[in-house]
Amino acid sequence: MVGVPDGTPRTLAEKVWDAHVVRSAQGEPDLLYIDLHLVHEVTSPQAFDGLRMAGRPVRRPDLTIATEDHNTPTDNLLTIADPVSRTQIETLRKNCAEFGIKLHSLGDAQQGVVHVLGPQIGLTQPGMTIVCGDSHTSTHGAFGALAFGIGTSEVEHVLATQTLPQARPKTMAVNVVGELAEGVTAKDLILALITQVGTGGGRGHIVEYRGEAIRKLSMEGRMTVSNMSIEWGARAGMVAPDETTFAYLAGREYAPKGEAWDEAVAYWRTLATDEGATFDTEVTLDASAITPFVTWGTNPGQGAPLSARVPDPADFGSEAERNAATRALDYMALTPGTPLREVPIDVVFVGSCTNGRLEDLRAAANVLRGRKVAGGVRMLVVPGSAAVRAAAEEEGLNEVFTEAGAEWRFAGCSMCLGMNPDILEPGQRSASTSNRNFEGRQGKGGRTHLVSPSVAAATAVLGHLAAPTDLN
Amino acid sequence: MEKFTVHTGTAVPLRRSNVDTDQIIPAVYLKRVTRTGFEDGLFRSWRDADPAFVLNDQRYSGASILVAGPEFGTGSSREHAVWALRDWGFAAVLAPRFGDIFRGNALKEGLLPVELELTVIEMLWDAVESDPSLAVTVDLGAREVRAGDLTCSFPLDDFSRWRLMEGLDDIGLTLRHEAAIGEYETSRLRFKPAVA
Ligand code: SF4
Repeated sequence: MVGVPDGTPRTLAEKVWDAHVVRSAQGEPDLLYIDLHLVHEVTSPQAFDGLRMAGRPVRRPDLTIATEDHNTPTDNLLTIADPVSRTQIETLRKNCAEFGIKLHSLGDAQQGVVHVLGPQIGLTQPGMTIVCGDSHTSTHGAFGALAFGIGTSEVEHVLATQTLPQARPKTMAVNVVGELAEGVTAKDLILALITQVGTGGGRGHIVEYRGEAIRKLSMEGRMTVSNMSIEWGARAGMVAPDETTFAYLAGREYAPKGEAWDEAVAYWRTLATDEGATFDTEVTLDASAITPFVTWGTNPGQGAPLSARVPDPADFGSEAERNAATRALDYMALTPGTPLREVPIDVVFVGSCTNGRLEDLRAAANVLRGRKVAGGVRMLVVPGSAAVRAAAEEEGLNEVFTEAGAEWRFAGCSMCLGMNPDILEPGQRSASTSNRNFEGRQGKGGRTHLVSPSVAAATAVLGHLAAPTDLN
Repeated sequence: MEKFTVHTGTAVPLRRSNVDTDQIIPAVYLKRVTRTGFEDGLFRSWRDADPAFVLNDQRYSGASILVAGPEFGTGSSREHAVWALRDWGFAAVLAPRFGDIFRGNALKEGLLPVELELTVIEMLWDAVESDPSLAVTVDLGAREVRAGDLTCSFPLDDFSRWRLMEGLDDIGLTLRHEAAIGEYETSRLRFKPAVA
């Protein structure tokens, strides 16, 4: 039988891969079984159409779950003003009803960004294979799941067969040595890593984040790191499950209960990379050297410590990098040599599947408490899900935000991408806790600086890029 | 899917690296529920902002091969990026490196992603800039790109090549192994979650 270990030391990624091989044949990709398929409105309509045309059912509706997130408004729960967005949402509702898939619709207590949903209801568990027609599916790797984004043709494939043909990627270890200093977060860590390795650094690899600094991160922090694996080209990012993972999962809706829980935990403990297992590639990152980090350019690899200055394109090593930096600075309207702390900001966005969970909102609220958003600055706080919103209100975080002058919104992808009403105006500059600073990502002509939630909050107070320590 | 064997056409030089899928097609075009007609969104921001942008250049109208820089198609998983390129009339994209998901999507749709060394890409850029009518041939059987006196081979695994040359549908291929899938399902760990 395929996938039975022969005693050779294996990595976490290899263990999860091997346990899901339905079929393997020389010269062909492995056929992998998929434990969980997450669906949202944007990348699924054409897949459901394909099924209908071929007269195929969804093989495992019970391993499939859907939510509405990309197109939904965050100022109300009732009206999707844009008719094209509304049609897409209505199409998802119709498809889920027709094919028997559970859907968390706008207004539902669990509705929210697809990658916040899975962990929050305990569906995301160690050792699973998880896919979604969305590149940030890598988020779920924080639990020791093998999770990756797929395109619409593959969405259709998984709906029809609950499997995916996949060529086995290479493995990579990111060894994070040392500890993060006080006030430095998971977001700073991953931004610093991407700047170090470049946007193509992880290409073709499943990455395992390892080391003391990773072990010390909360599940939320690990999700932030895994989420951005795709931003440096990795196929997936994983963190081995441990007590932090088990404590997070215990008691959640879909987590195993009673005896099944004990059995599950015993299995999950076996998933760690074996002593003596080798990775195809290893990278080392020194956590103790990281300080609050921001991006200055138009891809997530164009970043620098907040204490630095806007770089001079002439200082880059290759012609391609020089050209890319010149183009980026032109788009971002930044002058080389300007201290990053002096870059003024129009809009601050706290939210997204990178930093839209309760811990992120707490971090932003802790900085904002008793302070005000600077005049002329608009700040949006968008919980990653309706459940996060409810939990935050329970703690009174909403009051901290509204008293500071920020907007407290409903759950959704919001300003992470220019697809719903929350967008930047052309020329506006944002500090955003999301994951992509691509040209026009937050709205045509908008300029994005990626930051952590605490940097976002400090920036909102001062009106220019800033860290919480600048407020004292 | 249509079979891909040999394609000959003219080429567009896109001298940019890190062309992410948000640039290939901005998010506003992703609200549609159809699978065709995405050509209007292709490189929309760049086409609107810059009259000199290469896709606005009449000398390259009718071109069916895109020659781009490293890290083409990074970012979002949107297959719409592939549909937009295909609907515009592209049959192949040549670049030194592709984003993984884009590359997978392109292979599914029969838009051939061709990996060539940056030095070869640079030669092609120079060649088509000096002669926009230069015929470029992408020969999948031989795994070769030919243009003028330049001939260069490119890597592609045998399985993907076979699928493309036969025009095979992946789902149909997988369903041949339905029995194996059913058998796998009987041995899944019992504590794995199911949606209730
Ligand atoms: S929050 Fe942003 S990155 Fe996450 S799923 Fe939504 S659009 Fe994609």
